[in-house]
Amino acid sequence: MSDNRTEMLNQIRAIEFMAVELNLYLDTHPNDQRALNEYNYYTRQLMGAKNEYERRYGPLSNFGGSFSRYPWQWIEEPWPWQQDIIPD
Amino acid sequence: MWFYEKKTQYPVKIKKTDPRMAKYILSQYGGPDGELAASLRYLSQRYAMPTPEAIATLNDIGTEELAHFEMIGSMVYQLTKDASIEQIKATDNGVYYTDHDKGIYPSTGTGVPFNAAYIQSKGDPMADIHEDMAAEQKARATYEHLLDLADDPDVMEPLKFLREREIVHFQRFGEVMDKLQEYLNSKKYF
Repeated sequence: MSDNRTEMLNQIRAIEFMAVELNLYLDTHPNDQRALNEYNYYTRQLMGAKNEYERRYGPLSNFGGSFSRYPWQWIEEPWPWQQDIIPD
Repeated sequence: MWFYEKKTQYPVKIKKTDPRMAKYILSQYGGPDGELAASLRYLSQRYAMPTPEAIATLNDIGTEELAHFEMIGSMVYQLTKDASIEQIKATDNGVYYTDHDKGIYPSTGTGVPFNAAYIQSKGDPMADIHEDMAAEQKARATYEHLLDLADDPDVMEPLKFLREREIVHFQRFGEVMDKLQEYLNSKKYF
């Protein structure tokens, strides 16, 4: 996995995109076993990628979704709309 | 309950200031076929849906639309945050500046505030799903209009992503409609 923060985020986005697409498909095709297996596969991949990102760069999710080190990391910038302050 | 995730769904990183493009795009933030309207429409309509597929689809697409609302807000923010007062005046964005400075306000590009009259929640599943399919087509057309107006690849890439999502959502709502039809026929309550 890349050390670069933006690349890691993009990898999370790519895996999550698969999960979003399969989720919406499964909402109208709940009996498609193959799609369900793929959904669970990407869900596992996504958990791993998020854990790795959070270990390096802090929490992705609030309200108990992610752990924080001291001091409270959630308030650390950048927020998503401030992408320009992350170097390429 | 919702959790926030500290990232946009698709990368938004616009380097070039362009208050004119921001004005065009703002309508997808708070305009008639915008992402806020889409999200509120689906999240409000889900309560009256009679089938599990319809409820889940409205819940999940309504949630994805909130991520799109954030992408559009981020685009408008990045296009305007470094704009000089001369640039703002030159692009006729002064009227927006009067009321909002560089704040991001849900309205059309011409300043019409967001209005819940853009959406309906009819309590009639078939009527609502038909509205939703039309809404996805109108949003797709809006993104195509915005792509006609844009020339910066940093602006066009997220717009293309959002356009494609409208097509996928239209497809899913079409499947929901077929299932609803089966369900309503099986009830034979006429």
